[in-house]
Amino acid sequence: MTESLEEFLIARRGTGRPLLVPYVTAGVTPGWTDVVHAYADAGADAVELGFPFSDPMLDGVTIQEASDRAIAAGTTVRKILEEVATLDVDVPLIAMTYSNLVVQQSTAEFCAALTASGLRGLIVPDSPLEEVGELADAAAAEGLDLVLLAAPSSSRARLREITERSRGFVYALTHMGTTGERGEIPEQAARLGRELKGLTDRPVLFGFGVSHPAQAAELAGHADGVVVASALMRKLLDGARPRELGEYVASIRRALDQGAR
Amino acid sequence: MGEMSWSGRQYATVPAATRAMRDPGATGRFGTYGGRYVPESLIPACHEIEAAFREAWSDPEFRSRLDTLLTVYAGRPTPLTPAWRLSHELGITLFLKREDLAHTGSHKINNVIGQALLAHRMGKERLLAETGAGQHGVATATAAALLGLKATVFMGERDIERQELNVLRMNVLGAEVVPVTTGSRTLKDACNEAMRHWVSSVDDSYYCIGSVMGPHPYPWMVREFQRVIGEEARAQCAAELPVGVPDYVVACVGGGSNAAGTFAGFVDTTARLIGVEAEGGAAATFGRAGVLHGFRSLVLQDEDGQVTEAHSVAAGLDYPGIGPEHAHLRDGGRARYETVNDGEVLQALLCLARTEGILAALESSHAVAWVIRAARSGEIAPGSTVMLTLSGRGDKDIASIKELL
Ligand SMILES: Cc1ncc(COP(=O)(O)O)c(C=O)c1O
Repeated sequence: MTESLEEFLIARRGTGRPLLVPYVTAGVTPGWTDVVHAYADAGADAVELGFPFSDPMLDGVTIQEASDRAIAAGTTVRKILEEVATLDVDVPLIAMTYSNLVVQQSTAEFCAALTASGLRGLIVPDSPLEEVGELADAAAAEGLDLVLLAAPSSSRARLREITERSRGFVYALTHMGTTGERGEIPEQAARLGRELKGLTDRPVLFGFGVSHPAQAAELAGHADGVVVASALMRKLLDGARPRELGEYVASIRRALDQGAR
Repeated sequence: MGEMSWSGRQYATVPAATRAMRDPGATGRFGTYGGRYVPESLIPACHEIEAAFREAWSDPEFRSRLDTLLTVYAGRPTPLTPAWRLSHELGITLFLKREDLAHTGSHKINNVIGQALLAHRMGKERLLAETGAGQHGVATATAAALLGLKATVFMGERDIERQELNVLRMNVLGAEVVPVTTGSRTLKDACNEAMRHWVSSVDDSYYCIGSVMGPHPYPWMVREFQRVIGEEARAQCAAELPVGVPDYVVACVGGGSNAAGTFAGFVDTTARLIGVEAEGGAAATFGRAGVLHGFRSLVLQDEDGQVTEAHSVAAGLDYPGIGPEHAHLRDGGRARYETVNDGEVLQALLCLARTEGILAALESSHAVAWVIRAARSGEIAPGSTVMLTLSGRGDKDIASIKELL
């Protein structure tokens, strides 16, 4: 695979398929890489890997718990990258972490280490347009797609800049809040999806609170696809095996594909 | 700028060019520190608060309302008290800036009245706050009651246990106290939880940050609201001291708000500025550059970038970071940061209580502990004058002190 995350996702979208990106916190269990394989086998279009941070400001209780567990088990960026390098999956992998881990050495070294291990995208939720300059340059230099977040509170001018500067896809937040499962999808999500789709041809994926297949299908109708994180991590923390997580991802895949028909 | 007035007194301000602690501009940078490392969802709120603060701060009406409340409600100006017996014992001239005498018992009220007025002006209904020692929580609950706002205060479970008195005070004042059960269950985790809550309630809630930390404009805005400490102390020193300026200006540092407000009044003088941190929470001494709670600064962290837990007898100093402007003052050499340990702090608290009849907060006792140590070791030359900001009173700490004795 030599294409970028964005090229890969655009090609997948071109087949008429809504995009599905499930998440796992790296290091949360000793067998976490099996989860990545299960996701890929279940029809994921990319997989998001959380690099755990002690103070995840934008995460709700589930991903906090997963992060704490991974850190307590001795997970470090270096160990994650070693394991990622051994993975054999045919979809792109995207790192998601907080600024403090990115700036430990230089942003350039961090980006270089990610690409060297085969990662093709990066999401840093606490690095908004104001602070992203150096990181965006470093990522671009490494051919790593830096995905930016768009929020329901973003002005139109900001949404325009976000769609211009984001790479890979645009990460649309379904609601004002943290990650975590939610019963309902607020009306503002549909509005944000429409607005972003009007501004860019880049894929637009919804994330935060996407919890079950019907919801995923509904959201995908307003954009190009979804990221599913807490719902899967809740199951994993409650003891679900990689196979069961794969089955859940497959059920979301089916709902998405049916919705698209 | 010509004349500026605080609480009715007039004195000349220093020319802008000589002022080190300035407006950090639109990017909120103090050298390489500061900035605005928050999720996109919060960026509009940060812009809105910055615009509202800039406007309010240059509005004479806002300033005069704030001045009036600081005077008739919070009890400003606070006195500058000569520490007669302790000075004699140490062979120096020690003055105490008595923030412990401000309403609610600490300097936190200066900042909170300012921010609460701003929130009110912005049409917000609720104040959110994090608190460690509970002093900022009590101040927030107080200002909310004063202005008819609601208050929700996030507090680590461990701090709730050791600062029980302040939890009761917040309840009596009508605030909701939300226990935080994650991580170290102290100030750092209370900040995380307050930020998370803020993201989901940003429309009607205003996050009233309790120290010179958080995303721009907070570190700057909180320093400006605390500047009153330094400006009053400067004028009081000018009146009291033959040379007008002390040799040393000392304050304790958690996030660094009482120190920043104090330093702001003396940064353009010859006074040596000393910030005193708890040994177990000394980001300026043992920290590395990093990003936490929305700003870049010095942070206590392990080699992998995981933030470590601070440990101090003083809940208000249990914070693994330091305000970005302090990191900048340290790098530039304009201020120096020292550490003292829990044992020294307790001794200092007892010493001040028994020589001066002042029961200081454990946080403030850090500053006292350094002065005692440095005067005894000769690091502070005999005969020097020292201006120490006593950030708060120690009633809240009685239970902890009893345990330590
Ligand atoms: C009395 C007192 N002093 C100092 C502090 C530390 O805060 P800062 O460093 O922002 O002044 C606190 C915080 O709770 C406090 O209650």
